[in-house]
Amino acid sequence: MRVKSIVCVKRVPDTEARIRIAGDGSSIDPSGVKFVLNPYDEFAVEAALKHKEAAGQGEVTVMSVGDAASAETLRTALAMGADSAVLLKADRTPEGLAAAKALAAGIQGREYDLVLFGMKAIDDDLQAVGPMVAELLGIPVASAVTEFSIADGKVTAHREIEGGAEVVELRMPCAITLTKGAYEPRYASLKGIMAAKKKPLEEKPAQVDAPAAPAALSYPPERQAGRIVGEGPDAVPELLRLLRQEAKVI
Amino acid sequence: MPGIFAFAESRDGELRKVAQEVVTAARKLADAAGTEVHAVALGGSGLQAAAAELGKYGADKVFVGESGAFDRYSPEGFTTVIVNFIREHGCDAALFPASALGKDLAPRVAARLGVEYLSDATALDAEGATITVTRPRYAGKVFSRAAVTSKPAVISVRPNSFQAAENAKAGSVETLNVDLGSADFGAVVKEIKAAAGEKLDVSEAPIVISGGRGLQDPANFKLLEELAEAFGGRAAVGASRAVVDAGWRPHGDQVGQTGKTVAPTLYIAVGISGAIQHLAGMRTSRYIVAINKDPEAPIFKVADYGIVGDLFQILPRMTEEVKKLMS
Ligand SMILES: Cc1cc2nc3c(=O)[nH]c(=O)nc-3n(C[C@H](O)[C@H](O)[C@H](O)COP(=O)(O)OP(=O)(O)OC[C@H]3O[C@@H](n4cnc5c(N)ncnc54)[C@H](O)[C@@H]3O)c2cc1C
Repeated sequence: MRVKSIVCVKRVPDTEARIRIAGDGSSIDPSGVKFVLNPYDEFAVEAALKHKEAAGQGEVTVMSVGDAASAETLRTALAMGADSAVLLKADRTPEGLAAAKALAAGIQGREYDLVLFGMKAIDDDLQAVGPMVAELLGIPVASAVTEFSIADGKVTAHREIEGGAEVVELRMPCAITLTKGAYEPRYASLKGIMAAKKKPLEEKPAQVDAPAAPAALSYPPERQAGRIVGEGPDAVPELLRLLRQEAKVI
Repeated sequence: MPGIFAFAESRDGELRKVAQEVVTAARKLADAAGTEVHAVALGGSGLQAAAAELGKYGADKVFVGESGAFDRYSPEGFTTVIVNFIREHGCDAALFPASALGKDLAPRVAARLGVEYLSDATALDAEGATITVTRPRYAGKVFSRAAVTSKPAVISVRPNSFQAAENAKAGSVETLNVDLGSADFGAVVKEIKAAAGEKLDVSEAPIVISGGRGLQDPANFKLLEELAEAFGGRAAVGASRAVVDAGWRPHGDQVGQTGKTVAPTLYIAVGISGAIQHLAGMRTSRYIVAINKDPEAPIFKVADYGIVGDLFQILPRMTEEVKKLMS
């Protein structure tokens, strides 16, 4: 089946990045932070590419709503092998419902069979945009999917749930949000990086709602490095005594 | 005054533990606002009796919607029933568990209501009807605290963050009409594949024992399973990404940034170095124990208690001692 996929991606701080709160107390200080393609979105891009390759036909468009620097993130996805990119440009990268509305508006009017997302963005940790876009577009969604197959206008998705998996059948067009599973992201080859420069990257203004009242950011209470109870198996009784009498957890 | 909506998750006709936690959290908000808790349970048949239990945790009214179409979770069906309920009864806040089901359902409900959604709350505070939500961001490197501006506030709460507390209310049970007519859903759950023996999930277990590359071989996870068993069905076995990537354990067991976030009362990290992406998934655990042969391993920086040494000697001893304690 010739499937047109739209993969929504976000530019986020690298997982290793040290996060510092900016002077305003409600945003993070981006200086010195390396930004990357959201790791969950990499699974989504990889899934779209794998299915296109398996079918021998199809089209993969990556889309992002965000600031100008998000173009760089789209280029990364193009270098992996996506065919074209769309940047819905805003002066800041929105989150939650505002991001979902902008993406849904960007998707509407395009031809698509499948909209893919990472299960969550690792900066806001909301895990909301995929299901919200699906709701706004009026299409079905399965979230936290590890693997899916496409046949006869339907997607069969394996969704991670507590203690197992749910097999969901979705009528296309539909949305899928991906978690880590069958799609190990490929590295962009040098050839891919060169090719990405020539691929179409369309930019258009995003429709972004005004942000909600700013949140107060704080660091979590520093975990006190605890105590080394001892060395080797002989420390076990003391450890259990502490867990029972001091921590009272067993 | 509109009430506080609490989604009471069930599976196979039984309420899940998170349902009690969500109702407990809702009770606190309702008390601050001087309003009622309305719990809603949706499923196939046989939920009524189980749902009545929720009165114990502070539900003033429990609404049970039973339908053959709800034997399994239906994103569109559940969203429709819940949104109709909220529109009819009103609510200041709608609470869901940050479970696999809740995280799929709650954002959809929020989008249909056109309101913001805050996920994975670890604390909720209320002054009158103003609700403040604390939630981790950047994998727990930063916490954000924000008053909810759009009503109703749609919020999911992290499992194990709100200890279920008894706070008995009359808890009347009412039947909810879930007739969806000739609803034709675009997403249907065909099958549930349970992991071997319906095992306890790391995201819900009060004790999580995770193994890393230090285990050296997938067969050695038996040592962790034996320890988990010694705790008498209260412990789940988790894993670091290194061993999941190596194919030793399924991804559903992975704890961390690209795995599950867990908040058990006790987290035991065995042969895990404590990389930042692993800490992201477990640092809000109440107590952390580390077992590692390298005294410099970063895991000791977050652990409350540690034993330095060879896990192959320590684990069997621990299983033996825990068995003694539990007997
Ligand atoms: C984008 C991204 C996302 C990631 N997401 C995750 C995630 O979700 N979860 C996750 O865990 N990681 C994640 N990682 C990987 C992470 O960076 C680490 O590579 C991984 O956590 C290491 O796993 P480990 O601690 O099991 O292995 P290692 O780092 O190899 O540590 C093994 C530990 O075992 C100890 N050991 C060895 N033998 C023994 C013995 N006999 N007795 C006692 N101790 C012993 C060693 O001293 C060492 O500390 C992610 C990485 C990236 C880049």
